[in-house]
Amino acid sequence: METPRSRYLFTSTRGLILLATGLIGLVVAIWGTLSGPMVDWGVRDLTVQYLGMDLDPAERDGRLVLLYHTIAYAVIAICVYMVTDAFRMTTAERRRINATVTAGYITAMVGGLGFGYFGHNWFMHGLYLLGMALLVWAAIILAIALWPFRKEYYVTDSERAHFRCGADQERFAFFMLTVFSLGSAVLGAVAGMYFGNGFEAFLGEDIVRYPHKTLLQEAIIGHLHIMLALIGMGASLIIGRWLNQRGWSHKLGMPLMVLGIIITSLGAWSVTVTPYAHYVIYVGSTLGMLSALLLVIYGFTHLPREQLATRGMTKPSRGQWWSALLHDPLKFGPLWQMIFFNFTVSGVGIFMAVKLDEIFRVWPHREERIVLVGHWHTLAALIGTILLMRFADMAGVKGRLRQWFGWILIIASDVAFGAVLIYEMKRLIVTEYLEQQLVNRTMLLIDMGLGLTEILFGGFLLWRLIDLFRRRGHWSREIAQECGGEEEGTR
Amino acid sequence: MIGRIQSRSRRMVSLLLGLSLVSVLAGCGADPDTPPGLSLHTEPGVDPETWVAIPAASFGYGQHEHMISLDEFLIMATEVTNAQYLQYLQDALDHGRIRLEDGTVLGHYAGDEFHGGRHEERIDPGFYLHLPLEDPASRIHYDGKGFTITSGYEHHPVTMVSWFGAQAYCQAIGGRLPTEEEWEYAARGTDSRPYPHGTEIAHANANYYHSGDPFETEGGWSDTSPVGFYNGSRYGEFQTVDSPSFFGLYDMAGNAGEWTGNIYLEEHYRYIRGGSKAQYESDSRVWYRNSATPTYVSPHVGFRCVQSAQ
Repeated sequence: METPRSRYLFTSTRGLILLATGLIGLVVAIWGTLSGPMVDWGVRDLTVQYLGMDLDPAERDGRLVLLYHTIAYAVIAICVYMVTDAFRMTTAERRRINATVTAGYITAMVGGLGFGYFGHNWFMHGLYLLGMALLVWAAIILAIALWPFRKEYYVTDSERAHFRCGADQERFAFFMLTVFSLGSAVLGAVAGMYFGNGFEAFLGEDIVRYPHKTLLQEAIIGHLHIMLALIGMGASLIIGRWLNQRGWSHKLGMPLMVLGIIITSLGAWSVTVTPYAHYVIYVGSTLGMLSALLLVIYGFTHLPREQLATRGMTKPSRGQWWSALLHDPLKFGPLWQMIFFNFTVSGVGIFMAVKLDEIFRVWPHREERIVLVGHWHTLAALIGTILLMRFADMAGVKGRLRQWFGWILIIASDVAFGAVLIYEMKRLIVTEYLEQQLVNRTMLLIDMGLGLTEILFGGFLLWRLIDLFRRRGHWSREIAQECGGEEEGTR
Repeated sequence: MIGRIQSRSRRMVSLLLGLSLVSVLAGCGADPDTPPGLSLHTEPGVDPETWVAIPAASFGYGQHEHMISLDEFLIMATEVTNAQYLQYLQDALDHGRIRLEDGTVLGHYAGDEFHGGRHEERIDPGFYLHLPLEDPASRIHYDGKGFTITSGYEHHPVTMVSWFGAQAYCQAIGGRLPTEEEWEYAARGTDSRPYPHGTEIAHANANYYHSGDPFETEGGWSDTSPVGFYNGSRYGEFQTVDSPSFFGLYDMAGNAGEWTGNIYLEEHYRYIRGGSKAQYESDSRVWYRNSATPTYVSPHVGFRCVQSAQ
């Protein structure tokens, strides 16, 4: 039975994002109790007992693989909703894509977590596979809908990157992102079919020191690297779209991003066939990062200019310029987080690659694992904060609340991941015997930062949940607004 | 005016950030406190001279339990203790098998064949580190006349021993380091247990990170415990559960990680099994591997030896 609220949650962009965000929050809230300090406090035992989880230690690796895939699917769904909202396509296409990706991630989430954590129920396993198949299908129809060489989608604004024929290069970038995400998903799926069917799950960080990896092990390593990189590139494109990036930075940035997507993907795929794949990846990721840099330059120029214009200032002092730049944390935040990436993720990755034999392979494997795990947790979480800031803006977080929400999110997450950086690199400055104080302090900062971020995230979700019970809440205005747009056929 | 205020704010923010970083790093590098159990519980829970016969059999090896077969062998019931290692050091020094140099114990190793593997390092014949004597983490020292042990650690597993030092000890007593396969078989036997003592792990089973044993300080530093500590005895307020492995070995989960003897083609790494006092419980699963260069020494890594049955 369709009610206005179910229509909002299952058909409108904001409602769909809220649903996916809420489900991610639920999974994080429950599954987050299974590790970290929650174990010491005995919360894990309560969760396991009350929910009837079956945590066979032999299957831990497989469970982790299922857990982060289910969260990733929901994040991908959020990106898809943002893309279908941002680009013109027919209402039918938008509905079909959104419905398929929604059915896909929810089915995969329920099936994957059900199978992994509540006994090996084969019906759940089937649901998981069905969910993933739906996600692949959603990506195919998204790629078709994004095809940029349709005349009705040609750009009319000469300040936006476009081909000579008039086709939108930004749309082309999203199209390529979708196509290469599909290919990269298949790379993981083929290997996953082999390892999954034999229940030979393993974590990528556990096999990095094997001198001879099998083709399928290499495929898994390529897959996990490229999927996160593509989500990161997608987040950058989404933010550029939101900030209405245009001008020279857009015209230069879009081709760089397209090349970055193609070369990084091909590099990651070629991990299966050549030991020199990482050189290709360096080239691709550098292009992608340059494109992101252009977005940051655009944002840092455009945001203060826009704000100063509203204040009527034509010749601002440096202080006024900074004040204008920092005026809106939700718009400044994603740009800042992209810079912060360079210290906590990209910089670490490059340093690690350059000093691998000299430093990291001298450390015990466990230390190298900590760096690797910290590396992609930080990357994934920072992308999460960027998307959350975008959604908070879409969800109408305004005024003082916007300031508090944005700044706490930026500062808390950066404190946490800055501390992660010190923790993962601690062996550069302290020995195992003398590390405890550093470990305690960084852990405290990590827990405080993550705790605050999660409280903020929970508060945001609670606010929107309460809003859903109001007759004329934000949700009713949002769906009315979106329906108005849909009546025009395309947005 | 606004510009000046904002400039001050920026300086203040920079100062606060700088102070935060300093406060995180300040004091790092301090010795951990002495754990409360060190002076109270000094005796081994199991006789460290005990050896256990492991019968020949086939068993499921590794996380995915691929079947392999092993011959019969003998293995130490506990990790080698500081007292045992001290005795060896004194004997080896007296007979010129090791030498002291710059506060370290060095010993000769015949070298490994180099295959030019990716990331492989050469291990040429030569003298290699066995044990640092002046490192704050070392429990064995040299006072100019002979070797001594930090009081209370006599029956704790010897740590800060490199792979070279571990294999030299085993050779000296007529044995060798266990292969990874032998180590895992001795831990799990012929069933599918993920931990040496069974299917689950709790604080009363093993000395792992944050396991709340008497050898953990208030600051969170987790120290070694005497070998065989988890034998079902009660130590003050701390009740242990008797936690032998399938074949009756102790400390195969936690306490000190254990060097194993395999030398793999195109690798210079040596493998460590059994988790440790400084690792979470999931690292104590019987198939979990850590690896390091053979000169690596750690307050969390020790070893035990095997002998062929004949």
